[in-house]
Amino acid sequence: MKETVRNTALFAFVAFLIVLTGVMQSWNTALLILNMGLISAIMALGVNLQWGFAGLFNVGVMGFVALGGLAAVLVSMPPTNEAWAAGGIRVLAGLLAGAGVVVAAILVHRRMKPSRLRALLTLIILVGGFFLYREVFDPGVDAVEDVDPAATGYLGGLGLPILVAWPVGGLLAAGAAWIIGKAALGLRSDYLAIATLGIAEIILAMMKNEDWLARGVKNVVGLPRPVPYEVDLQQSADFLERAERLGLDPVTASSLFVKLSYSILFAAVLILILVLAQMALKSPWGRMMRAIRDNETAARAMGKNVTARHLQIFILGSAICGLAGAMMTTLDGQLTPTSYQPLRFTFLIWVMVIVGGSGNNLGAVLGGFLIWFLWVQVEPMGLFLMEAITASLPEGSAIKAHLLESAAHMRLFTMGIILILVLRFSPRGLIPER
Amino acid sequence: MDFLNAIVALSNFVLIPAIAYGSQLALGALGVTLIYGILRFSNFAHGDTMAFGTMVTILATWWLQSIGVGLPFGLPTALLALPIGIAGCALLVLGTDKAVYQFYRVQKAKPVILVIVSIGVMFVLNGLVRFVIGPGDQRFADGERFIISARGFRDMTGLREGLALKTSQGITVITAVVVVVFLFWFLNRTRTGKSMRAYSDNEALALLSGINPDRVVMVTWLLVAALATIAGTLYGLDKSFKPFTYFQLLLPIFAAAIVGGLGNPIGAIAGGFVIAFSEVFITYAWKKVLGYILPENLEPVGLVQLLSTDYKFAVSFVILLIVLLFKPTGLFKGKAV
Repeated sequence: MKETVRNTALFAFVAFLIVLTGVMQSWNTALLILNMGLISAIMALGVNLQWGFAGLFNVGVMGFVALGGLAAVLVSMPPTNEAWAAGGIRVLAGLLAGAGVVVAAILVHRRMKPSRLRALLTLIILVGGFFLYREVFDPGVDAVEDVDPAATGYLGGLGLPILVAWPVGGLLAAGAAWIIGKAALGLRSDYLAIATLGIAEIILAMMKNEDWLARGVKNVVGLPRPVPYEVDLQQSADFLERAERLGLDPVTASSLFVKLSYSILFAAVLILILVLAQMALKSPWGRMMRAIRDNETAARAMGKNVTARHLQIFILGSAICGLAGAMMTTLDGQLTPTSYQPLRFTFLIWVMVIVGGSGNNLGAVLGGFLIWFLWVQVEPMGLFLMEAITASLPEGSAIKAHLLESAAHMRLFTMGIILILVLRFSPRGLIPER
Repeated sequence: MDFLNAIVALSNFVLIPAIAYGSQLALGALGVTLIYGILRFSNFAHGDTMAFGTMVTILATWWLQSIGVGLPFGLPTALLALPIGIAGCALLVLGTDKAVYQFYRVQKAKPVILVIVSIGVMFVLNGLVRFVIGPGDQRFADGERFIISARGFRDMTGLREGLALKTSQGITVITAVVVVVFLFWFLNRTRTGKSMRAYSDNEALALLSGINPDRVVMVTWLLVAALATIAGTLYGLDKSFKPFTYFQLLLPIFAAAIVGGLGNPIGAIAGGFVIAFSEVFITYAWKKVLGYILPENLEPVGLVQLLSTDYKFAVSFVILLIVLLFKPTGLFKGKAV
């Protein structure tokens, strides 16, 4: 009972912080924080599944989030028919050839007995296959990227509703996680960390360079929305009348309405995933996972297939991150590969999980909201602090300018301090695992 | 003649940059591997430790430049500022050890907890460095830019290809050799170095034989601070200083340390060069070199670049994965905690 009261109080406190933002700054800002908070909470749930349940140290969250964003583009943007005609088939053929080469190499490696010949044959297939792949693939890519590069220059998507992209983002991330897990999950915890860190960078490098896929650093903008546009709302007589009745001017009303619609959609997804995660935690499966986490050797001795379970939960957690990534790109309405930074999309999520309480789903959700709120608000607070400190300094002094300018970097500093303090004084987080 | 030209082009664009980059990675990886061997965790804050040490060096360089102190023979002032940078970095790492890591060491926390703690330290250092010097690019190299310039080489030899050797590259290699020789002398010949190796091999036995763990840890941090600052400063002289780039260096540095075998200093050096050479080899456009060697009718049409330079992380990573799959403890036997 006491625990429930405590948890409710913690959540009420975060809600109060967001409402306070609404009152003090603007409801627009408050809803922005709420929406990204919802998405962050989902990402934190994904990481908590991997770390809290199974003890897997995944620092490649950014990669899975980015893959979700890619899914949003691939599903929802209209297809570029000219590009498909120019080189689409060739690109696909190239990709198939590449996949075929890898499969062939793996088959040869598996079927043949270990020998010099096997090593040589695998190498020949890989090297020869690489050139074959480039031979087929490159002209196709050039043709596709030449189609109106200023506006398209990529294959486009499927033109489906963007809500379809959310599960697809999860699937895409799950697929990537399967490949990564197969290769890296046998490794020790800190090797897995480096491996996932590297894979996230590779996924990002791919998204920045493969222009035919999602325009690379030229960004894809104007993704379709699952909610109405502000402009349309402002022209609907019905909406204007309602706004009038609430005493809001149409511009504010429409922007609040759009953000609230997003909040409802995101909250629905969050609640669904939270309920599923809670059920999983309480199920025999969840108990098995924690048993594996706490003592792998004992679990293995009891006949549990540790590697398979690890792969399973690694895929599940990554899929949730991918789903959240697709949702985030939907909210932004654009895909900008350069905006993915490991500090923001991998390590900040980790701070959320640790601060909230690893192993506890509610904790992860709480951490998601709280840390996101701080991430957004530390900057204005830092600026305020700096202004107070430098108030006595003369106008135009170099130190004053430098201090004011660098207030923007306070957030990284603060996040680090919070993480270190929590690990030291409350290592089980705000809502500890039961 | 064509053959000579090919060799010169190869040295100019591949060998020299790869050797310089490899030395920088090796110094970085030595730091990572020392921490892993003695303190038994993977330090995610190492890239930012490098950035911090370099930042202090840069500030000291600027101060020296402003009072008009420099080095003769066209050497960069940063070399003179290096001891100040190392001292600053040493204070920082000893401070973080006292304030943060020591607590977990006493508790005998699991290595993965220390890794997460080091992520916290990474955030703090990241913020600190950006707070002091800003997130932008800083150039602090001064003095003579080249030991041999491309044009000078052409005039001297009459070859068509030029060979440029930047001062920073020369300094990098010489400094790296000196540092490595000193480090190995220290680890193998001095009493403190031997006690460090003993502590790394078997902690319980080392404690039983009266080795003072606090002293071992302190000396380790001092060495790490020196290695990180030197590696960072050399990298900054060679390319340029930007906090985010140093954070990203974490990946190739870890790849180097793991490929060589975590906890093994020789492995770290070998790993650094393996990673650097493969990155440069695979992302270099081979058209020019092949054009000299191959007969005329076979001359390549394309750039013959295996992968675009943006995929250099992919290269270090794939090598890492291959080594881990086939030789989990690295090329030189590392340790597994």
